[in-house]
Amino acid sequence: MKSFLTTNAELVITVVKIALLLFIVLTVNAYLTWFERKVVAHMQSRWGPHRVGPHGLLQPLADGVKFLFKEDPTPAGADKFVYYLAPLLALALALTSLALIPFGPDPIHLFGQDIYLGIAPLDVNIGILALFAITAMGVYGVALAGWSSNSKYPLLGGLRSSAQMISYELALTMSVVGVLLMAGSFNLKKIIEAQAHHPEWGIFGWNVWPQILGFFCFFVAAVAETNRVPFDLPEAESELVAGFHTEYASFKFAMFFIAEYTSMITVSCLCAIMFFGGWLSPFPASWTFTHYLPSAILIPFGLWVIWDGMRYETISGRIILPGLGTAIAGAGAALILLPGVNLFIQGPFWLLSKILVFLFVYVWMRGTLPRFRYDQLMAFGWKLLLPLSIANVIVTSFVILARMTWGAK
Amino acid sequence: MGREMTAPLVVFFVLAGLAVIGAVSLILQKHPIHSALSLIVVMIALAGLYLLLGAEFVAAVQIIVYGGAIMVLFVFVIMLLNAGVEEHTSISKMAGAPGLLLVVALAGLVAATIARSTDSIQGTIETGEMSSTLGISNMIFKEFVYPFELTSFLILVAVLGATVLAQREKS
Repeated sequence: MKSFLTTNAELVITVVKIALLLFIVLTVNAYLTWFERKVVAHMQSRWGPHRVGPHGLLQPLADGVKFLFKEDPTPAGADKFVYYLAPLLALALALTSLALIPFGPDPIHLFGQDIYLGIAPLDVNIGILALFAITAMGVYGVALAGWSSNSKYPLLGGLRSSAQMISYELALTMSVVGVLLMAGSFNLKKIIEAQAHHPEWGIFGWNVWPQILGFFCFFVAAVAETNRVPFDLPEAESELVAGFHTEYASFKFAMFFIAEYTSMITVSCLCAIMFFGGWLSPFPASWTFTHYLPSAILIPFGLWVIWDGMRYETISGRIILPGLGTAIAGAGAALILLPGVNLFIQGPFWLLSKILVFLFVYVWMRGTLPRFRYDQLMAFGWKLLLPLSIANVIVTSFVILARMTWGAK
Repeated sequence: MGREMTAPLVVFFVLAGLAVIGAVSLILQKHPIHSALSLIVVMIALAGLYLLLGAEFVAAVQIIVYGGAIMVLFVFVIMLLNAGVEEHTSISKMAGAPGLLLVVALAGLVAATIARSTDSIQGTIETGEMSSTLGISNMIFKEFVYPFELTSFLILVAVLGATVLAQREKS
């Protein structure tokens, strides 16, 4: 056993990393539904889930149990093989794309090995291309689900989804080209490092400033690719019942749901990495006191959760919430006491913060914007986004060419 | 076979087998959607083979362009037309005899080529130039820039033709 572990250390580490990432992502997904329901509810002057557990914190658990135990009928005349394949495909592809995301710059030294955060090795030369390859396949899950259900509404949902994804795929890919030109690489790590050329510029060194057009095109196209509001025509509930997953119940429906939320996380990761400096801090590198920011956020937040929990209505809430708050505040305090760990989590801290911001924007848009009409959707994709992203590529290339020719450094 | 089974060789046989099974299934499936799915399997297996050759860029583009864009269009059109299960006609039987002959001829040709140039084929596996994106862009935009631009012009003509055909007649 010992020799197996030492000879196949890399394999073992990868498998453990995959299991860990799966666990984290699925948990985050579950709480993302809670977060979304809460935020949208508060935007609409409602309370959102608050019956199961304090502040409805155990709602995702109840939902999960419901998904597992619900009856799972297969519609008559459905193409069985494709019907079962579709949710599997959607979920597998969504989860695979996360494997290519690097979550931090530095390795953890454990058992004599350097363990990097993220499953794929950091030097995947075609990182972003591989990601696009996986997302390009993602449309099949939705399209095949719609077709195989042998039902009218899902078929319409599947058709819409295929058309939408083809239209926005182009803008999505073109919008990234500007960033790739500036970094000169497909490698996600190099793209982040290219944004740290001037360590003292901090937030102003990020790609989002020169590539503001590209970012706009990318984010809009990515929201469309993930079928989220305002581009959720494939599952427009007011016209298509539930769109492509109308005939799916129980855990097969949950698989589509998890796939959608995982894609949201992937898109948020990509936005953060390509346009917002990934794991780079927004402050100049010489401001070392900003390293205490994670603690400065965690400790007050933990104390607030304790204070809030003390006055909660239910007994369980008065136990669970202060416990949770103590854990959060304790983590913040531990970071002050362990400078090594604190330094290590700077990268992941900033990346995760940025991802959270984008996830909030996703939910914010869902709570705010009405759905596009179909012809508006097509016109927006083809007549606005695509020309804009192409113009962005041309302008960026000329600026880079001019710099190379007349040599501003 | 006097060659030992290295890991890349095993992966090659798995991918090649997958490609062949997908291709045969593409022909034998009765439903157009199943055929399209089989073709996607072939495309992905081919991308895997490119990856095995060290051509990362080509592999990714193969999946994005063929596996993604083009096959999605296929599936889209099949779904849009709601094409049902195909019926076998007698014409396919007539095509059988010359088809079999052609298959044998093609297989013989491929086998002969492989048998004659085993060493040179194995020698080309080490392609450092093609593996990098830089190498490919150098080839496309320096060495073969005119054929490349002409091809894109050809595609432009096809796009224009399709637009003209699809246009509604003005009344």
